[in-house]
Amino acid sequence: MFPISGNNWPVVALALAIGLFLFVFLILPVVTVVFVAFQDPNTGSFTLINFVDFFNNSLFQESSLNSVYVAFMAVVVATIISLPLAYFTTRFNFRGAILIQTLGIVPLIMPPFVGAVAMLLLFGENGSVNLLLSEWLGITIPFMEGLNGVILVEAIHYFPFILINLSAALLNIDRAMEESAQNLGASGIRLFRRIVFPLAMPGYVAGASLVFLKVFDDLATPLLLNINNMLAPQAYLRITSIGISDPMGYVISVILVAFSLFSLWVSFLALKNKDYSTLQKGGGGLMRRDLKPWELVGCYFVIIFILFLVLSPHIGLALLSFGTIWSFSVFPDAFTLAHYADMFSSAGQYIWNTLLYAGLAALIDVILGIAIAYLVWRTGLVGRKWLDYVSMGAVAIPGVVLGIGYLRTFVEFNVPIVDKPLASWWVIIVIALAIRRLPYALRACVAALQQVSVTLEEAAENLGATKSRTVRRIVVPLMTGGILAGFITSFATAAVELSTTIMLVSAESDAPLAFGIYEYMQSAAGRGPGAALGIVAVLIVGIAAYISHLVINRTEKQRTSSGIRIAEQVGAT
Amino acid sequence: MGSRFFKPLLVTFGSAVIISILLLPLQTFAAGKLVIVTSYPPDTTVTVGKAFTKATGIKVEMLKKKTTAGIKYLQATAKNNTSDMFWASAPDAFEVLKGDDLLQKYTVKVTGIPKKVGAFPINDPEGYYKGFAASGYGIMWNTRYLKAKKLPVPNSWAELERPVYHGHVGMSAPSRSGTTHLTVETLLQGKGWKDGWAMWKNIAGNFKTVTARSFGVPDGVNSGQFGVGIVIDFFGLSSKASGFPVDFVYPKVTTLVPANIAIVKNAPNPKSAAAFIEFLLSPGGQEVLLDPKIRRLPVNPKTYAKAPKGFPNPFEDASIGSAVKFDLQLSKSRYNVINSLFDVMITYRLDDLRAAVKAIQAAEAKQKGKSNAAASKLIAEARALVSMVPINEAKASENSFNKIFKKKRKKKKDKSTGRQAEFEQAWDTQIKANYAKAKGLAEKAASM
Repeated sequence: MFPISGNNWPVVALALAIGLFLFVFLILPVVTVVFVAFQDPNTGSFTLINFVDFFNNSLFQESSLNSVYVAFMAVVVATIISLPLAYFTTRFNFRGAILIQTLGIVPLIMPPFVGAVAMLLLFGENGSVNLLLSEWLGITIPFMEGLNGVILVEAIHYFPFILINLSAALLNIDRAMEESAQNLGASGIRLFRRIVFPLAMPGYVAGASLVFLKVFDDLATPLLLNINNMLAPQAYLRITSIGISDPMGYVISVILVAFSLFSLWVSFLALKNKDYSTLQKGGGGLMRRDLKPWELVGCYFVIIFILFLVLSPHIGLALLSFGTIWSFSVFPDAFTLAHYADMFSSAGQYIWNTLLYAGLAALIDVILGIAIAYLVWRTGLVGRKWLDYVSMGAVAIPGVVLGIGYLRTFVEFNVPIVDKPLASWWVIIVIALAIRRLPYALRACVAALQQVSVTLEEAAENLGATKSRTVRRIVVPLMTGGILAGFITSFATAAVELSTTIMLVSAESDAPLAFGIYEYMQSAAGRGPGAALGIVAVLIVGIAAYISHLVINRTEKQRTSSGIRIAEQVGAT
Repeated sequence: MGSRFFKPLLVTFGSAVIISILLLPLQTFAAGKLVIVTSYPPDTTVTVGKAFTKATGIKVEMLKKKTTAGIKYLQATAKNNTSDMFWASAPDAFEVLKGDDLLQKYTVKVTGIPKKVGAFPINDPEGYYKGFAASGYGIMWNTRYLKAKKLPVPNSWAELERPVYHGHVGMSAPSRSGTTHLTVETLLQGKGWKDGWAMWKNIAGNFKTVTARSFGVPDGVNSGQFGVGIVIDFFGLSSKASGFPVDFVYPKVTTLVPANIAIVKNAPNPKSAAAFIEFLLSPGGQEVLLDPKIRRLPVNPKTYAKAPKGFPNPFEDASIGSAVKFDLQLSKSRYNVINSLFDVMITYRLDDLRAAVKAIQAAEAKQKGKSNAAASKLIAEARALVSMVPINEAKASENSFNKIFKKKRKKKKDKSTGRQAEFEQAWDTQIKANYAKAKGLAEKAASM
């Protein structure tokens, strides 16, 4: 694709190192587990019969359809939520933009299963909203009935993926493009359709494909809402309840991986042969205009409605954490601080562990993300695309499968100094989180890199800069917005991850926050303290993201490149 | 890489790494802690753990796993075991571990614990695991929910079959929860294979949901998502003690089974583990079980003197848990088949089952008081179709048949014929058709 300079051994070495890491911590554990899918349950020999069983089974057919339907609808709903938010903030001058950027990312930093608990209390059949509706109007709306509930919870939880990537893409569009189009007579819908939307396409597709994949293999939400007829829950239920002699769980895992790889491939195809990069980085972002008063009112109305909807899990959780008893009523019976007192005795360890694990994992992720994005899009290395495919494949590995794979693969490998099996050393949790969240950082880095024109690098190299210097001084700074978005997404979602950690936590003192919340939520008296811990988790992740934004902002204050503006906009959490 | 960008991050997380590496020796040093793998919530583990540490000075590390996940964890880590004890409810789980040779025999020194609770022996006759509390299964309900929906208070399984509860009942699946499995098995043993399944399907026809976690049921009742739940006693009793507007009752056909604790084979701290068992069974330890957050039935009859008023006492009230003589061997012989049958017929076909049962209930309501023989015949046919089970009782316990559903092949050369997925698909096709046909018949009967 691009000319390779003759001396490219560092590139090869880098690719090999990343390849080895991915092989040991992603491919190997998954293969040990997936192996079972191709094993005859009776004889242990190689077979494809399990796949025949899968496709003949009406329950699995139904589950597949449900999974695709839910993932697709979640993308639709998430797009409906994020489109106005992204558009308003990048298009108009108004103060609500800060509100959106700040609060729009908050849904990500809550474990989805906790969100589902809160959503049930608010929107369930006998939740607050429906109790009020039936009292006032005598009707109830099935927000949370069956698949609706999964779609709603998932869309609200994952829409920030689209919002972040779409906003970053919109902000990164060269103003000159829009001006040229306007000079040539385009405006309104036509301008949006022909210029703005196509230029923002990489960002949108990156976000939408992430949402699709995430929802497709999300386990905790359907489980918590007691939806069994979807692929990921079927895989989980099979693996945990029937066990190794029944290979269907593993077959489903293989199908999940295959399907996800397929949809990624489709999204690659959709973007192929199109150059979305813009050359000049002088005037980043679309033109902004002031709103007329009535427009302003309309904007605020839409935004407040959407924010209320997407923040409802947090509102519900806050009510739960301050409420005494909340049962079949619109609001809790009374309010108390007792749950916080209960929770604080044990929270310190959870908080520290979470910061450590998620921070390290996100750091590993952005470094790998930049490296892989660069290798894939800027070098001609043979098989480079596989680094991308394999890393993205991680998104399709159910956390439970990865967890079981790690337990199996690493239990007999003793780490020298600590003298513990690797499978029960806390570092394994960090690696698992890094692997699980790598796709987020990678997508963000790829989208950012795609918007950096290769001609800028060529110019730098023509002026005598070495390859690594070019990457350091030109590519990475121009990618800052995307990198930061990737870091925050990885960090925030790793901090609330549960499905893998639940398998890998081998001692209470190693447990992160989400694990603690889950534990609390498993008893009648623990619901309040669990919710209080959830609120703490949201605050922690929010504050951590905000601090990292401030720190980066201060170090780079002198610089005036558009990267900073992007960082400010995207990172303002 | 971009040093200016990464510097602050590197400083932050670099220092985090250094601090944690400095802390590592401390963590390794504290490895003498007693490590207990348990399925119990922190309310139980923290309360008991604190009391134990206070009494003995030994520090405890609780490792929370769902029962099934706990078994898998112990199996996976057996070669390099770091756990001392396994502490959970379902005796079946301990049987599995015992079968895999993962438990250590232990003889208890504490006296005053009877041999049986209800009709069930408290300790493993072979001495591998010990009962420390008794648990029975029953019905809990949300009083506000029942009042708002004008539902009567249920107190027997048969009542849950009534049309008035349609869409108001919740339960977990036996494949998901060891305690739920015991409930299903108890009713099958108490009512017989055919009537037992018929009753489960009629009750399931009134289900609002089948939860994936056993705690999902009390959670749903507590928050009012559904009004009535089929749960293990301490879920109901502790929810009530936590202040939720709920109540709990033991129906006549229930069984009391012991909740257990065992020492894991090759435990790093066997002495501390023994001390924990002795503490749990001592008067002091038994009393902790009465804590409002725990509310389990102690196995020491004397402890009940300290229980709150109205607390069920199986050693005095003979009606609790004695109606069924629970056969553990029978249960063990068909464990996985029962799970699979329940999932195929109820969990995954809940919508079809509900539709069929609803149609039958509607037809019965319509024909009530009339003497339309043809309609009654159709309804009876529909009921028979709904309650049909694809295999008979003898087949369910057949050893060669069970092997197909067995958790794992013990040795590489073990062989069995037929695949679980194959059977389940065949059952599913039949069940789906039956439910659809039953619905059709009932609708026809209603229109007569």
